[in-house]
Amino acid sequence: MTAALGKDLVGLERLSPDQIRLILDTAEPFKEVSERPIKKVPALRGKTIVNLFFEASTRTRISFEFAEKRLSADTVNVAASGSAVQKGETLVDTARNLEAMRIDMVVIRHPSSGAAAFLGDRIRSNVVSAGDGKHEHPTQALLDLLTIRDKHGKIAGLKVCLVGDVLHSRVARSNIWGLSKLGAEVGVCGPDTLMPRGIEELGVCRFRRIEEAIEWADVLNVLRLQLERMEMGFIPSVREYYRVFGVTLERLEKAPRPLTIMHPGPMNRGVEIDSRVADGPHSVILDQVTNGVAVRMAVLYLLAGGRPELADAAKRGAE
Amino acid sequence: MSRPDRTIILDARALSRALQRMAVEVLELAHGTDRLVLIGIQRRGVELAERIARLIEQDEGVVVPRGALDITLYRDDLETVGPKPVIGETRIPGDLGGKHVVIVDDVLYTGRTVRAALDELADFGRPERISLCVLVDRGGRELPIQPDVVGTKVKVGDGERVDVLVEELDGRDEVDLVSGK
Repeated sequence: MTAALGKDLVGLERLSPDQIRLILDTAEPFKEVSERPIKKVPALRGKTIVNLFFEASTRTRISFEFAEKRLSADTVNVAASGSAVQKGETLVDTARNLEAMRIDMVVIRHPSSGAAAFLGDRIRSNVVSAGDGKHEHPTQALLDLLTIRDKHGKIAGLKVCLVGDVLHSRVARSNIWGLSKLGAEVGVCGPDTLMPRGIEELGVCRFRRIEEAIEWADVLNVLRLQLERMEMGFIPSVREYYRVFGVTLERLEKAPRPLTIMHPGPMNRGVEIDSRVADGPHSVILDQVTNGVAVRMAVLYLLAGGRPELADAAKRGAE
Repeated sequence: MSRPDRTIILDARALSRALQRMAVEVLELAHGTDRLVLIGIQRRGVELAERIARLIEQDEGVVVPRGALDITLYRDDLETVGPKPVIGETRIPGDLGGKHVVIVDDVLYTGRTVRAALDELADFGRPERISLCVLVDRGGRELPIQPDVVGTKVKVGDGERVDVLVEELDGRDEVDLVSGK
């Protein structure tokens, strides 16, 4: 058993089912920390974490920041705008300069796929991906897994369908890896223009009609439809998208059993999801946000303590 | 590799007698049950706190509030030992302000666990008093921490350790001195 995670968390593709379960199990006690009168434990006291965000983000950045602060780490936020990045500094130079100030971890969000792994291979600090391009958004998928496990008591054997813009979604990619590694059946549903070619090769079921997906699934994870996609010609209009693929109360009422409704946010109410569904009794959308802090605390805690040499020694011991 | 050598320090009956006596001493220390709260340290301290609480309840006919504390996140050795794979539950029964908290643990050794527990409890409120109750005091303190209630004292040599077994987790009640690898 490899207990530790290694140096970086850049995606779920590289993690074993045991490593994913370790993160989810470790997140469990961290939920309680956020309910304490003093929402703070000293586990990462003295560690310095830089949140390096090259793309706009509200929820993920705040969630990471809460996680860091509740573990007593010192945090610095760097946004691409107004920094040396705008003056043409490369990603590695930015990170090396930060490292020269003796930091311990970098949380990075970047518009290029692979940026987190690229950085992780070039600096000594731990690197955690907060989303890179169209590649992966590992902590989002981990919080989705934790929320599904909380609601259903298990993940294996459940049918989870990702609805919407799978083509541009790093959330979808990380979810597909995580869910299939833990034994769930994964479906995807959305317009042909927003489906990656060869998606079936990842072992997912493809639904062309939302009604079929609803009939099949236990859980719907409704992805955000980025409105820019319409201008780029992927969908004819927002209204037509809602009419054909919108997750509405009328459609859900025809399902054989109540479906758990998830959304990574930010939501476009009346575009990909009906307000009555988003606020309905089976929506776990705000539980996802709560779990996000616990999952990120678990990841930071495990990476901070899991020094690579210890992980390697543990691996040798197990073999 | 030599087989581990086990010497029984307390068998089930001796352990039961020790707990009876500890329950009486806790009650005396706290001047009754009015403000008493028992907090067990994960994992075996939680079971022992539960036993002591039940013994007090039998004698006094009142409910004794009890809780559990996992001190993993308050340890000072994350860097050297790495993260503990599974962190146990922390459950504090209500506000600790004005209460007499008795920390219950199985073995007292360096005192570092108790130091962490004191730090953690301080984040849950301001008890009027905190006492320490341990089943086994094995010496070897690295911090100025002493127990108020002790089940038994054991002299432990190099390469030896104390194992506390409880029915709920290990299938039997026993305290052993184990030597060798």
